[in-house]
Amino acid sequence: MSGPGGLTLVLGLPLAVALIFFALSAYERRTGLISGPGFFQRNGLAVGLYLVIAVGFWAFFVIVLPQLAMVEMSFRPKLPPSQMGGPKDIYTLENYRYFLFGSTTSTASWNWLHIKAFFLTIAVSIAITLLNFAICYPIAFHMAQSASVGRLRILLLLLILPYWVNEILRAFAFRVLLSSGGVINQALMGAGLTAEPIDFLAADVGLYMGLSYAYLLMMVFPLYNAIESLDKNQIEAARDLGAPWWHIHAFIVMPHAKPGIASGCTLVFMLCAGALAAPLVLGGPRTLWFTPIVYDRFYQAFNWPQGAAYAFILLMTCIAFVLLVLKAFRLSLGEITR
Amino acid sequence: MAAAVELEGVNVTFGDFVAVRDANLTIEPGEFFSFLGPSGCGKTTLLRTISGFIEPTRGSVRIGGQDMKGIGPNRRPTALIFQNLALFPMMTVAENIGYGLRVRGVPRHERDEKVKNLLIQVALSEHGHKKVSELSGGQKQRVAIARALAVEPSVLLLDEPLSALDLKLRQHMRTELRAIQKKVGITFIYITHDQGEALTMSDRIAVMNAGVIEQVGDGRAVYAEPRTPFVASFVGENNQIRGRISDVANGQATLETPLGTLKGRNPVGLKTGEEALIFVRPESLKLQPGTPANGATAGFEAEAVDVAFEGSVTHVTLRVRTGQKITATLSAASGLALPVPGETLQIGFAPQDGLLLARPERP
Repeated sequence: MSGPGGLTLVLGLPLAVALIFFALSAYERRTGLISGPGFFQRNGLAVGLYLVIAVGFWAFFVIVLPQLAMVEMSFRPKLPPSQMGGPKDIYTLENYRYFLFGSTTSTASWNWLHIKAFFLTIAVSIAITLLNFAICYPIAFHMAQSASVGRLRILLLLLILPYWVNEILRAFAFRVLLSSGGVINQALMGAGLTAEPIDFLAADVGLYMGLSYAYLLMMVFPLYNAIESLDKNQIEAARDLGAPWWHIHAFIVMPHAKPGIASGCTLVFMLCAGALAAPLVLGGPRTLWFTPIVYDRFYQAFNWPQGAAYAFILLMTCIAFVLLVLKAFRLSLGEITR
Repeated sequence: MAAAVELEGVNVTFGDFVAVRDANLTIEPGEFFSFLGPSGCGKTTLLRTISGFIEPTRGSVRIGGQDMKGIGPNRRPTALIFQNLALFPMMTVAENIGYGLRVRGVPRHERDEKVKNLLIQVALSEHGHKKVSELSGGQKQRVAIARALAVEPSVLLLDEPLSALDLKLRQHMRTELRAIQKKVGITFIYITHDQGEALTMSDRIAVMNAGVIEQVGDGRAVYAEPRTPFVASFVGENNQIRGRISDVANGQATLETPLGTLKGRNPVGLKTGEEALIFVRPESLKLQPGTPANGATAGFEAEAVDVAFEGSVTHVTLRVRTGQKITATLSAASGLALPVPGETLQIGFAPQDGLLLARPERP
């Protein structure tokens, strides 16, 4: 986008969005869908207009437009700049096909390398999500229901502080810890538990640890919020009626915290499947994660359309999976945002 | 038959704070027993100690003759009804009632049968499939009772369950609770700060103040024969006047007060020279217009400040010489003329209506 056309678009679109909002609110007012002071009456015309334009601008240019550009790109062939817009620049499913049937040698047989990496990514993301839930549920429950104010503050601090450290730095820190000559191996050998250093990194222990740790907070906080709103008396009532502790968690606490569990799991799963730093730094030599493949499409193969297609496949699969799981647990998308 | 609940020297302390001090009590099977006291008097702590959520710091709790030390709330033969009821919102009414049976592994058909019977018992048979949030306050109350009764406890503990209801419903639930208790025949232990609730429902009442059980007795006894100044002033309206005992004779005593010499009963055996309080119920005060002739019956002068006519009774607020306020209740049946504010009246009472009790060291 350049020249006067681009500028018109940049300024005109948010204005158009604001006008649509304005018209919409006027329409709803007339048809009696809403009543009471309107958005602009409450905020004033200037502030109201600013809010609508800012949100509209942000939503459109930061969220919608880049994604649309990527989707569009994914349906186009890889062409040298000179041929762009030429007769060869047509919409095609070639990039998507390559994911299933493609390799550097032929385009007839299954592209097992990428398909395997894809399903490994999904499967491991599910595993990491479950692991994270198992780790975070007790922490969140303790923080929400039984910790004193002082303890809660310390726990929160301990949870948040490490996240001040850069993600890549954290990944390398895990590498240092887990490498053959690393602290853990030295300690194990020093204690006489193993004779040889264990190759944690090759066994992907580092990858799983790094991924779990990276998104711990995304799990803890939704869980904490959901469990915190549970009336303590309900736990006590269940206990008084004779329920053992696991029954209370399974049938009282978890059903109550279901929206929190769903939003925590969704966040962790999505972020895990799309993680790049941890797989790059901590992934074992034999493990091919899907996100580095996407990255390679862009920067190694310089095949942006294909990279876009791959990223889109991952995104769509993740969304479909999440919606499916939500449906299985009878939760609406609206509920997890509570 | 062993006592339903026995408390022996029960002390509960939280840090430096003594919530319950030396509670000794025996509650009989089938009894409707109430703990009555202002908020913060330790009655809820005591209830939670009986139900097992709190271990006593010292002393022991026995239920059905068995020491409950180390036995958690899920393994005690008690069921607790919470102040906010704590019904499970994600379950239906029937599921709520059946929860205790479900965790006990009662087979489904047996459970359904029992839940059905309980629903009939609390008059909710049509509502079993509903969500708890669809019920009214009184209905929720009955679900909570049914849920607690489902596990067939030998003692049902109720923590001010009526406090969230409006006045009409509260009064209705009093009779209903009492009827349910008569029907199931188990011990009810009821916590309340509302003396009306305690007096109307209970077989016996324990009046608590600042962690101490001050008096145990039936409703009539705690009202008519209070043994401590706290009970005298907390249960029912009461006027109190301080003074010093000047003479003791035949179960009665004479008290020298700033308002003159007053006579009353002396059930706790106060001795001459002791600091004491005399309590007189508003309905026991006799009002006479004018000033008395010298040497008339025990009495003092007061000025009527406020006269509130309520139909069957009239409440008269009076100010005595020391500035203290005194209330008197006149029955319409007495046929006496009502005083007017500002009028000077002569107050008197019969010595058997005055009750002398020791003055607490720190009021």
